[in-house]
Amino acid sequence: MRAMIIKEFRELGRDRRTLAMLVLMPLLLLVIFGYAANFYVSDVKAAVVGAQADQVAGQLPEFFDVTTVDVEGDRADAEQLVQDNKVDVAFVAEKQPVQALVDGSNLFAGQTISAHLAQLGDQVETQVLYNPELKTSWVMVPAIIGLILTFIGTIITSIGMVREREAGTLEQLAVMPIKPSRVILGKIAPYFLVASIDMIIVTVLGIVLFGVPFNGNPLAFVLGAAIFLFVTLGLGVFISTISQTAGQAIQTAFFFLLPQILLSGMIFPLDAMAAGVRWIGYLLPLTYFTLISQGIMLRGAPIASLWLPFVVLAAMAVVVFTGATLRFRRDLAPGRPASPAHEQPTATEPAAAGGNASTAGTA
Amino acid sequence: MTYSVRSATVRFGAAVALDDVTVEVPGGSVVAVVGGDGAGKSTLLRALAGEVSLDAGAVEAPPRQRLGYLPASSGSWAALTVAQNIDFVAGIYGLAGDELAARRAELLDRAALTQAAGRLAAQLSGGMRRKLGFIMAIVHRPDLLILDEPSTGVDPVSRIDLWRLASEAAASGAAVLMSTTYLDEAERAAHLVVLDRGRVLVQGSYDQVRADFAGVVTLTDQPVRAEWAWRRGRALHEYWPDAHPSNPPAGGAAVAPDLEDIVIALSLARHDAVRS
Repeated sequence: MRAMIIKEFRELGRDRRTLAMLVLMPLLLLVIFGYAANFYVSDVKAAVVGAQADQVAGQLPEFFDVTTVDVEGDRADAEQLVQDNKVDVAFVAEKQPVQALVDGSNLFAGQTISAHLAQLGDQVETQVLYNPELKTSWVMVPAIIGLILTFIGTIITSIGMVREREAGTLEQLAVMPIKPSRVILGKIAPYFLVASIDMIIVTVLGIVLFGVPFNGNPLAFVLGAAIFLFVTLGLGVFISTISQTAGQAIQTAFFFLLPQILLSGMIFPLDAMAAGVRWIGYLLPLTYFTLISQGIMLRGAPIASLWLPFVVLAAMAVVVFTGATLRFRRDLAPGRPASPAHEQPTATEPAAAGGNASTAGTA
Repeated sequence: MTYSVRSATVRFGAAVALDDVTVEVPGGSVVAVVGGDGAGKSTLLRALAGEVSLDAGAVEAPPRQRLGYLPASSGSWAALTVAQNIDFVAGIYGLAGDELAARRAELLDRAALTQAAGRLAAQLSGGMRRKLGFIMAIVHRPDLLILDEPSTGVDPVSRIDLWRLASEAAASGAAVLMSTTYLDEAERAAHLVVLDRGRVLVQGSYDQVRADFAGVVTLTDQPVRAEWAWRRGRALHEYWPDAHPSNPPAGGAAVAPDLEDIVIALSLARHDAVRS
């Protein structure tokens, strides 16, 4: 038994990923739940429009962080500000009672705002836009679409890639006249397709089963999902380059997946998180996809108002995919010159025995 | 056409996997690489295949579309059938349609795998899987065929089949470089290379290697120097590096060394030189 215990400790000591899970995971969970697990939004962005905007803005409780005051604005302007996600609530101060248009797509902020507005009594007429009954499912379904894409993109893809390494067939591919980038694209294309079908099924089921509206442009939604999918597939490829076995790939993917679930705003609102952990959320691709999916599905937000998450996701896709491809290329063919497939490698030494092409190592 | 690695040195961290190794593989012949575990056989093959970067030296190999490689691992995709494996690799090399169908049928027939064409690679025996890997390596008629221990763990009948396939590839003009742990296979090669700890111990044809072998191997029951002796069957052989066949040492009868004797004797001599 003593020998078994010693052997187990020795193995554990060399399995750094499991060790990291054992040591870092409890710390990570403690920090995340300590600082991020907060459903109460203490500060919301507000706009006030209409002839009495100045007066109303001055009378609002401190809870409302008034960022826009427009005495010439009307209800349409107020709705636009909410739809563009520039504010969480817009007050229309044209007549009494003042109308408050609350963004229902931001669930926890919406709930908190509604509670605060209720304290103001008859002075304010509250209308929750985009999610009138503040249903959790309406907000969760668009986010879960992203989670499913993340799951397929990172875990399933990385396992599929690592399987080639485990089976030794990666070695076979390495000597074939096929570019590493084409190997990657060929490997991920089926996952891209499967993930896309999954996305359609989940979206349709969300609409049918939970009555989640789809108010925006489906093409914009598809574009956002495609870019996001490239990010997650790139992560999957990257994970496969740092994993030798499927087990390692799953462990590593878990490290990428957990923060996305907890810190992307999907469960806990970003606005309610402590600044110390909130910045992590802004590094996560799911954060931006959730902004896109909720914005398009619930608020019917046009692509122009979602330019920031689109641009951030596109940048992430380029960075992650390029990095993953470079790492994969290095893994696939360390001895292969970076010449295009079907081209003869350049000779760096005179052919000594009449070969029709040569590759040379550097002395 | 002759392909080669010249003065190749490969290091993995502090370990030297290949140390100033030069090997030539002429077209139309089989070159066998033999050596113990960690001798550098796979590294040499992978260097020629472009899978390993050299720290020094040069590799002369055909472009990838003219190269065939059977790695030491299975070399096939377990979840694909035999035919699908061949089709996949053939597709990478641009074979399609009737040309592919004819080539697939020809190779399956030569490897006696026609009946197994619809079976998953995962369901094949070890020998059948290696033969499938071999087919996949030669489906595009490569100029250079690299086979990493094609017959290791394979039954004797499949070993004969694999050797026949390699010989046929060489007969059709390909340069064939194969590593093997079976010295009887190496003896049959046109040229053999004996590696030990990353260095070439000896190379040449089997006849050349035997002719150039210096020293005497004796058959004995009680070796004079245990560190220079090894077991062969029920008897022991002992190597006398400085002795001459015309004047064999006392304590045993001189024997005509075969390749196994030569490989072991030269390895012992090198280890002795390294120690001293």
